[in-house]
Amino acid sequence: MKGAGYILVHTPDMITHYGTTQTSERIVNPESEYLKNIEANLRPYERVRAYYPNQTYIGNITPLELKEIEGPWQDLECPVDERYGKYGEIMPQDEFYLLIQAVDEFELVFLEKSFVEATKPKLEQDPIITPYVLGRIKEGVESERIDDMVASEDAEGLYMGDKLVGAVKKAHAFDPNLSAHVMVENLVSKASSALALMYAVKNAGIDRDEVEYTIECSEEACGDMNQRGGGNFAKGIAEIAELSRSTGSDVRGFCAAPAHAVLVAAGLVKAGIFKTVAVVAGGSTAKLGMNGKDHVKKGLPILEDVLGGFAVIISENDGVNPELNTDVVGWHSVGTGSAPQNVIASLTTDALDKVGLKVTDVDYYSPEMQNPDITKPAGAGDVPTANLKMIGALAVRRGDIDRKELNAFVEKHGLPGYAPTQGHIPSGVPFMGHARDGILSGEMNRVMIVGKGSLFLGRMTNLFDGVSFLMEPNSGPKEEAAGVSTDEIRRIIAQSLRDFASGLVEAGE
Amino acid sequence: MSILDGKKVIVIGDRDGIPGPAIALCAESAGAEVIFSATECFV
Amino acid sequence: MDLENQKRVKDLTEEYGPENVVVLLGAAEGEASGIAAETVTAGDPTYAGPLTGVSLGLVVYHVCEDEVKEEFDPDVYDEQVSMMEMVLDIDEIAEEMQAIREEYTKY
Repeated sequence: MKGAGYILVHTPDMITHYGTTQTSERIVNPESEYLKNIEANLRPYERVRAYYPNQTYIGNITPLELKEIEGPWQDLECPVDERYGKYGEIMPQDEFYLLIQAVDEFELVFLEKSFVEATKPKLEQDPIITPYVLGRIKEGVESERIDDMVASEDAEGLYMGDKLVGAVKKAHAFDPNLSAHVMVENLVSKASSALALMYAVKNAGIDRDEVEYTIECSEEACGDMNQRGGGNFAKGIAEIAELSRSTGSDVRGFCAAPAHAVLVAAGLVKAGIFKTVAVVAGGSTAKLGMNGKDHVKKGLPILEDVLGGFAVIISENDGVNPELNTDVVGWHSVGTGSAPQNVIASLTTDALDKVGLKVTDVDYYSPEMQNPDITKPAGAGDVPTANLKMIGALAVRRGDIDRKELNAFVEKHGLPGYAPTQGHIPSGVPFMGHARDGILSGEMNRVMIVGKGSLFLGRMTNLFDGVSFLMEPNSGPKEEAAGVSTDEIRRIIAQSLRDFASGLVEAGE
Repeated sequence: MSILDGKKVIVIGDRDGIPGPAIALCAESAGAEVIFSATECFV
Repeated sequence: MDLENQKRVKDLTEEYGPENVVVLLGAAEGEASGIAAETVTAGDPTYAGPLTGVSLGLVVYHVCEDEVKEEFDPDVYDEQVSMMEMVLDIDEIAEEMQAIREEYTKY
């Protein structure tokens, strides 16, 4: 694994207009107190930046550092409140609206002229944004035209507070799969994933032309009424990131999709089909404010106010970077059933048993990394900790550890949740960037990434799903890497050191 | 008196607790008929 | 509780009669168990779903509560659920469930 990109986008005004909790409430309970008070419960961008979990996600704080800070974190002020982090950034809403237009190929996105004039110079300051992306942003149209589009119900609005600053038109006269609402969802997913992908390529220190295959693994569906989930977000995203030698495809599997996608990527690379593969996913507008009613009821701000995106680069063994050990892969099979002990065994011990490893031989487990600030008030508990307890409880049942050691096991091998509840985004992969750093620095030896998914939400099967894999230190140049010259290895090591040093400088700023 | 034997049972499982099908098997083992089983997801 | 699930609970209760229906929950926490239990007894406390203002008064247990646990085949329970007893706060869940049943269950 060569590198990762992690990005967040603060989208407070998309919560009201696109989060399903809010849009459902508008249908069933239009006069509710909750809807009236949403605005008062939103966090400003500065608060979102000075939030521990967000700074952990973009890499300015490590999960191990976060572990030392007792939560809930929403009332604390993180001493690091940078927009940019080691892996990516926290983009504000106004600049993101421009990015949505930049990824639109079909003239569906319209932005108001003065808004573009005011915002474009800001986006130009973002070092990851390329001239190609900037060149795709249009001058803008008069505000009356935007008002008309939204009023005529052929378009969904893009708002900054109460102010309408843009519109996204439907892409077909009556096809619900190309409605304005769906187009917003898909363009947002595309824009946020493109941003993450650009960071991953930069952070991996590779040339854009090295990426030969891109796998997208969000939970969105793009297509029309003849092929509702026709797909290939991947290729469209690679196009925006200027990966001109890449093809790609989409992998779906609810929240487990990113872990499946990384496995597919590792397989393609190991088989020698492609040398470098990118795995990417963007954010979900539907999940914004998903548990907002519970948060507001408990006097909290609406904490699901950011979109998440991630990308990782998997390439041939370079003799330096951490390896994805394909001998230690766990999967929930059709026959596994839904009993928690069987589910957890299929994802952890079944895989570890194959190579004679014990549960305690893995330094850290990264299961579902949902931020407990968000899930606890909603009644879902602390999800990563519950997962660790399950792994520990399984170890107790197997006699690997004593019942008395369960809490100590959770404390030692667990990680705090810091990812936004964006479905697929928290599922194991948020830790891959940190794990790469930890393994490269020698701080960690084995890390298990676990993705789980709720397939039953699609009403096609009652089955649960999940896959897992192990990240380990590089075992040294093997046969595959025999052709790599000493100079090449020196170059890679030098690049890693430079990345590490610049990360330190950025973190220190 | 039995709570479950001969009853119609509705199962509302939880993805992060006990999933529906696991509960349904328990209910059936107690002589109940499961008429609906779902699993909820908060995340 | 999910709106579709509320609808199913409501329809099935009408079909089979509330006295014949028992609800079993698998929630991860005391509070979430309490809310789900309240939904199928007193009505949806979040005022969002079809059970808003509908007091079904159903018999409702969490799968880990002793009262129902002793009716299950122990082997099945051991295989399907028991590990979660180490993970969930069973006392807290049982306390919430007990309180809701005492107040709202009619059968």
